[in-house]
Amino acid sequence: MALDKSYRDIPGTTIFDADMARQGFALNQFSLSLMKAPNRERFKADERAYLDEWPMTEEQKQAVLARDYNRMMALGGNIYFLAKIFSTDGLSFQYAAATMTGMSQDEYRDMMLAGGRSPAESQHKEESSDG
Amino acid sequence: MARINASVYSSHVPAIGAAIDNDKTGEDYWKPLFAGYEYSKQWIVEQKPDVVLLVYNDHATAFDANFVPTFAIATGEEFQPADEGWGPRPVPVVKGHPQLAAHIAQSVIQDDFDLTVIHNLDVDHGLTVPLSLMFGQPEAWPCLVIPIAVNVVLYPPPSGGRCYALGKALRRAVESFDEDLNVQIWGTGGMSHQLQGPRAGLINQAFDNAFLDCLVTDPETLAKKPHIDYVRLAGSEGIELVMWLIARGAMNDDVEQKHRFYHVPASNTAVGHLILENR
Ligand SMILES: [Fe+2]
Repeated sequence: MALDKSYRDIPGTTIFDADMARQGFALNQFSLSLMKAPNRERFKADERAYLDEWPMTEEQKQAVLARDYNRMMALGGNIYFLAKIFSTDGLSFQYAAATMTGMSQDEYRDMMLAGGRSPAESQHKEESSDG
Repeated sequence: MARINASVYSSHVPAIGAAIDNDKTGEDYWKPLFAGYEYSKQWIVEQKPDVVLLVYNDHATAFDANFVPTFAIATGEEFQPADEGWGPRPVPVVKGHPQLAAHIAQSVIQDDFDLTVIHNLDVDHGLTVPLSLMFGQPEAWPCLVIPIAVNVVLYPPPSGGRCYALGKALRRAVESFDEDLNVQIWGTGGMSHQLQGPRAGLINQAFDNAFLDCLVTDPETLAKKPHIDYVRLAGSEGIELVMWLIARGAMNDDVEQKHRFYHVPASNTAVGHLILENR
């Protein structure tokens, strides 16, 4: 019997389940390697060469080079692992979250100060396409 | 014998730790948040816990993608604040209680909870931010801490019901330990937040406040809330809240609420905080 994956209809959200973790394993381990300063230095010196040391797909490597976090998550990345990439870039969680929403950092910060994204707007994919 | 007398619940947002470490607690953005913990700092000085069972989750810090224990307990002498990519937090080393931790591990495994047993564990903001919120910036933490790590990163985390039942098993374990100890259990993480994807920034104040109400008065019902409700209504990272059920499960059904606080936002997250004592 198929597993219940009803969370797939939550708009704008990728749930990091065991199947995603399997696909994203090398991407996530690469990200984690950036917690060590010498690895950060090597990555910054030549991103492509550092990425080529990891058994990642070409798509995953391109997503990292483009800092496309939504794409990285679609390919099995998890945000807590990917956080090591934007930390290496010297960027905050709020900055990274803003880029994933397509908002500027100021717009995103103002939304949070005003109480965050409304839960009413975004619970099911059908609803979000209505409005 | 050892006894669990009280429980503390709190979000563990990393930006709160950064605000404390960088002396920003007096800034307008942070003032209301820290005001919500003033009572708690007084309260804990009077309570003087000997040991805190600190339920938290690791955020891709000590656990990589290769090992994902659903529930784990750490039995080491001490735990270093982890380097999460920008240097370790400037906070004291966390001292464990190896004998009690080993006792708990053996007791709960025989009680049908198959905990992973860890010796050395670097502890990230999930564990150290609540300590900072409750104790401020001491030279040394004034109590021993047993880390209890829960997977909430890889879906699915343990169910609410399983977390609640683990709390009950932890209580039985503590109460079968001969030494007289004043033990607290803390549940951390949450409240509503989503850190990823186009829906990042989600906050659900109605969900959070209903959760706080229900945790105090009807945890049995709350423990039945399915995962999908958390992720849909409280955001993909809001599911951390299942960890609060472990602490609540270790308490009496009938508790006294000593303190309650709620604030939006801390960075991307809604902050909730409760102190409950057994009646
Ligand atoms: Fe967390």
